[in-house]
Amino acid sequence: MSNIAVQVENLSKRYRIGLKDKLPDSLSEAAFSWITSPISNFKNLRKLSSFYDSENDDDVIWALKGVSFEVKHGEVIGFIGRNGAGKSTLLKIISRITKPTSGRAILEGRVASLLEVGTGFHADLTGRENVYLNATMLGMSKREVDRKFDEIVHFSGVEKFIDTPFKRYSSGMKVRLGFSVAAHLEAEILLIDEVLSVGDLVFQQKCIGRMQEIASEGRTVLFVSHDLAAVERLCQRSVLLVNGKIEANDESRDVISKYIGMETLPNLEWLREDSIPDHAYLRRITMIDYAGNKTGNVTTASNVGMEIECVVPEHYPNMKIVVVVRDSNETPIFFSYPIDSDVSYPEKAGSYVYRIFFPEAFFMPKRYLVTVAVYVNRIWSDSVERALSFDVQAAASLATLEGKARKGIVQVRCRWDCLYSSNVE
Amino acid sequence: MKTTPAMRKLSSVADSDEQRKGTMRMLIEPSKGWQILNIQELRRYKAVFYFLVLRDITVLYKQTVLGYAWAVLRPLLSMVIFSVIFGRLAKMPSDGIPYPVFSYVALLPWTYFSSALTAASTSLLSDTKLFTKVYFPRLIIPLTPVVAKLVDFGISFVILGGMMLWYHIAPTRNLIFLPFLIADMILIAAAAGLWMAASSIQYRDIKHASPFIIQLLMYAAPVVWPASLVPERFRLLYGLYPMAGIIEGFRSALIGTNPMPWDLILVGTISALALFFTGALYFHRKEDIFADVV
Repeated sequence: MSNIAVQVENLSKRYRIGLKDKLPDSLSEAAFSWITSPISNFKNLRKLSSFYDSENDDDVIWALKGVSFEVKHGEVIGFIGRNGAGKSTLLKIISRITKPTSGRAILEGRVASLLEVGTGFHADLTGRENVYLNATMLGMSKREVDRKFDEIVHFSGVEKFIDTPFKRYSSGMKVRLGFSVAAHLEAEILLIDEVLSVGDLVFQQKCIGRMQEIASEGRTVLFVSHDLAAVERLCQRSVLLVNGKIEANDESRDVISKYIGMETLPNLEWLREDSIPDHAYLRRITMIDYAGNKTGNVTTASNVGMEIECVVPEHYPNMKIVVVVRDSNETPIFFSYPIDSDVSYPEKAGSYVYRIFFPEAFFMPKRYLVTVAVYVNRIWSDSVERALSFDVQAAASLATLEGKARKGIVQVRCRWDCLYSSNVE
Repeated sequence: MKTTPAMRKLSSVADSDEQRKGTMRMLIEPSKGWQILNIQELRRYKAVFYFLVLRDITVLYKQTVLGYAWAVLRPLLSMVIFSVIFGRLAKMPSDGIPYPVFSYVALLPWTYFSSALTAASTSLLSDTKLFTKVYFPRLIIPLTPVVAKLVDFGISFVILGGMMLWYHIAPTRNLIFLPFLIADMILIAAAAGLWMAASSIQYRDIKHASPFIIQLLMYAAPVVWPASLVPERFRLLYGLYPMAGIIEGFRSALIGTNPMPWDLILVGTISALALFFTGALYFHRKEDIFADVV
């Protein structure tokens, strides 16, 4: 037996994304396109599964392109990269959920993939029945489950409810039982995707602990995560994927710092040079203060907002602008729409400046990324990923009050009350 | 670009626990092959099949007042409706047997077929996580209702016994062929189910069309009318619709309205086999894109 557990050679995966339909110009054209829509729908649906002469089609994207790497037996390897970099696609191919377009992968040993905790759990079954269903789906035989059943239930800590219908479980219990099944898989190769991001903090720590145990047992683990800290802790080596290609494959610390360095530099203004004809599009996004002036730096005490300049070629009855603020791990913190404060969308063609004001002294001393997108009829018309990114400096504020390093992704001033209730005996 | 059949095991994969833990090698490649059934792989995942069937059976009548009585009520109510409309009002011929028994015998295999087919055709869409989050042979998903619905089928058989006692009708010697007819009936449900399930993923039209298709198939089958109404020269052609032979076969075995229609059954079995293998082939071709298009 060779020393290699997973060998991936030149793996590529092509997807077809739905292309926006051309909109009719006249009533007769609209009627015609309505009548012929079954034909074009059929063509579009067919196209989902065929790629003949598709090399030049612009609705084809390569989720992975020519990815090659090797994983040794007993190695724990991390996969990092932005959303859409191809990490999950890679794991789906290796776990056989989807087929590669070209290239191949060779796996030595039993494989168990953990893309989700508790796949197949059914609300009307008891915990016991669900353990059997889920465990066999993950590749265990009935006998193996029989043997490990008590251990699984004990680890999850839901012994008392094991014969209770699953719908009576709290969501925490469901996740614990699901992870417990996964933690007892006997496969030599484990594929894990982001499952640690579920559950509460205590549970996450338990998961990480169990992952470390698994890693020390000499099993091979392919671990996809946005949690760079977890990757650094668990994996000696990491692979950085960028747009479906391997950008780095080295010691975790080096790869992670490369990834962080690659992420957009602090940027407080974004401008589009060219225009997008016949589309509602974004032209400028600027960080401003509450007075509306362009601002150069943001602190934890700043009251800031953004100015978004949007060009609208005509009146769209169904238009939307959305602002998404994420932290540096790409975890969305909140979404915001103009209608949140009853600001409506343009009634006629023109260039419009929207202003969004974040709550007073809202940010923590860390990096934030802002994405802005424009939708028309629920199809995106323009979107700027990471349009702004800013590092927040610490300044006297809630963040520095009461304890030096207050945790959290944002600071929120909550209302507190204290009521006198009764005498102490 | 490699164009060899996908997922070929390079070494044999055994079933027992001990060997499963041993070295197993797997090659993952794009598929271009025409492999129909991977029996070895299906055997390895038989536990999933078992527990999915168990799930379907346990869950089916949960949180209903009548519970398993529904298994009896559905064919029974159809029988009452058919007896009134076709037996009394339309005076449909029933080969000399009381119309309720005549239609109920046909409704046994028909109710099984239609409920298994309905469930199979929506099985993939209602359980998408089973193939976007884990891997096991996807063939198991539409085949699960085909097996699970046999429970209802068994229960509704009990009622038939009662009705035959009531009307003083004895089963014929052809009863010995009933197991074969039932096996054939399962094959037909599986074949049709595979086709519907595989196309439903890409073309959601199937979901909306299937109630009509099934209704149409029912009136095409000799459920409310006897196959003796079909002109002799079209009989073999009619037999291509495999449920025709099954339903007439049930009548022959249980109430003896007609001799065992071997001609219909033979033609029907051949067409069912053809439907099953092409269905498995089509399913296998579509399987690769399930996770991508859903």
